[in-house]
Amino acid sequence: MIPLLGITTQALFAQLLVGLINGAFYALLSLGLAVIFGMLNIVNFAHGALYMMGAFFAWFLLNALHIGYWPALVLAPLGVAIFGMIVERTMLTRLQGLDHIYGLLLTFGLALIIQGLFQNYFGSSGQPYPVPELLKGGANLGFMYLPNYRAWTIVFSLAVCLLTWFAIEKTRLGAVLRAATENPQLTRAFGVNVPRLITLTYGFGVGLAALAGVLAAPIYQVRPLMGADLIVVVFAVVVIGGMGSIMGSIVTGFALGLIEGLTKVFYPQAANTVVFVVMALVLLVKPAGLFGRKA
Amino acid sequence: MADAPLLSVSDLHAFYGESHVLHGAALEIREGEIVTLLGRNGAGKTTTLKSIMGMMAKRRGSIRFAGVETIALPSDRIARLGIALCPEERGIFTTLNVEENLLLPPRIAPGGLSLDEIFELFPNLRERLRSPGGKLSGGEQQMLAIGRILRTGARLLMLDEPTEGLAPVIIQQIARTIEKLKAKGFTILLVEQNFRWASALADRFYVMDHGQIVEAFSSAELPANRDKLHAYLGV
Repeated sequence: MIPLLGITTQALFAQLLVGLINGAFYALLSLGLAVIFGMLNIVNFAHGALYMMGAFFAWFLLNALHIGYWPALVLAPLGVAIFGMIVERTMLTRLQGLDHIYGLLLTFGLALIIQGLFQNYFGSSGQPYPVPELLKGGANLGFMYLPNYRAWTIVFSLAVCLLTWFAIEKTRLGAVLRAATENPQLTRAFGVNVPRLITLTYGFGVGLAALAGVLAAPIYQVRPLMGADLIVVVFAVVVIGGMGSIMGSIVTGFALGLIEGLTKVFYPQAANTVVFVVMALVLLVKPAGLFGRKA
Repeated sequence: MADAPLLSVSDLHAFYGESHVLHGAALEIREGEIVTLLGRNGAGKTTTLKSIMGMMAKRRGSIRFAGVETIALPSDRIARLGIALCPEERGIFTTLNVEENLLLPPRIAPGGLSLDEIFELFPNLRERLRSPGGKLSGGEQQMLAIGRILRTGARLLMLDEPTEGLAPVIIQQIARTIEKLKAKGFTILLVEQNFRWASALADRFYVMDHGQIVEAFSSAELPANRDKLHAYLGV
């Protein structure tokens, strides 16, 4: 134990771990928001509710159908993505060409309705979701105890984020996606079915939120308001990273989780506000965000 | 049906919001022809190309391509019938590199040029494959904009002012390219301000004014119509 400003390394690493875990969720959620904003020009306020739906989807699979964590990791994002694509086709698509405020209002209203429905049935209390058998226990690293499930969450989120970045920046499909983001009209005139691409993109972004929800289920409890609590910070992350930037949302997500964790160690009173202080500072210096393209 | 035109436009009307810009335009293009659309700025040339491509949200009348009525089809479906546009602003995607730009338009039919054939026409592109689309010179952008629609197998190529703002040596290179494309059997609809340049290339001319086709003549009839043409083009 090395005392540092009266803080043990034990406490420091424990909070860094919590920070990384939060960062993993920030990254997955803000990545989905960035992909959706780039393509649909919609600030998806329903993102937190869809994250919560992902967690509840996994909970239902387990309690009603006895389908465990590993299948849920695939089925819940898929199920929520299908729900999202129906929402896109029936509602969001009608907002094309309108001011941002309409998309914001619609998705915010959707979030309230979805959360209200879940609260009606489950109240505000949490439902437990067990850690999968394979990931129980942990490892003593000497300087700290690392629970296996938390290590898995960080590694898996990071892998999904990097895979998404690779798919968008380095593949043929990603090139079509970037082209449709930049100039949808011309991309369509080249024979690309842009409306279908938009629906699939929304489904993918929403699926990422649901995936984060499943990952979160064994760590936090499955609660109707779990997304509402998180989403405010996630939007701050998006603003800091720069709206629509893929790598920006990944890096900023993890970095802000860490900054939050460190603040808990050194000045716990500011832990809940530090993200917003960073946001204000970034907006002062770079109004387009750290990785934003346009000023 | 052997003599039926590849593209036949009749009574075409198009609107930007409330403003009515095409007033019953009509034209025909036969397979293998190069047809040039002439006219002053604002006469409706670009709007005509965009209407044929399905990019004008408000349009009515009739556009038949290879026997299919396309007036109500979305632009991705029209592209898949075999029409490709090289837009006036070139439309190079700045977030894509040259290779990604080149490979972006999906292949819709066999018979398109291979990448090697495109590099033969535009050797500069081969050296700049990894460059971001936004970092190209005007000439390179135009080569890329033309090159990327040659791969797809589209039979009708529509080029909107391909020489605008380019150096004479590049304008010549584009002329040679268009001749080679004609020899390969492509049908080309050209919009061009540079009338002298276009007169050496095209088989036929249409003159547009106020959203309508007001004159049509072949290149053989050109000398006899020179005065009338100058009046229309205001040169």
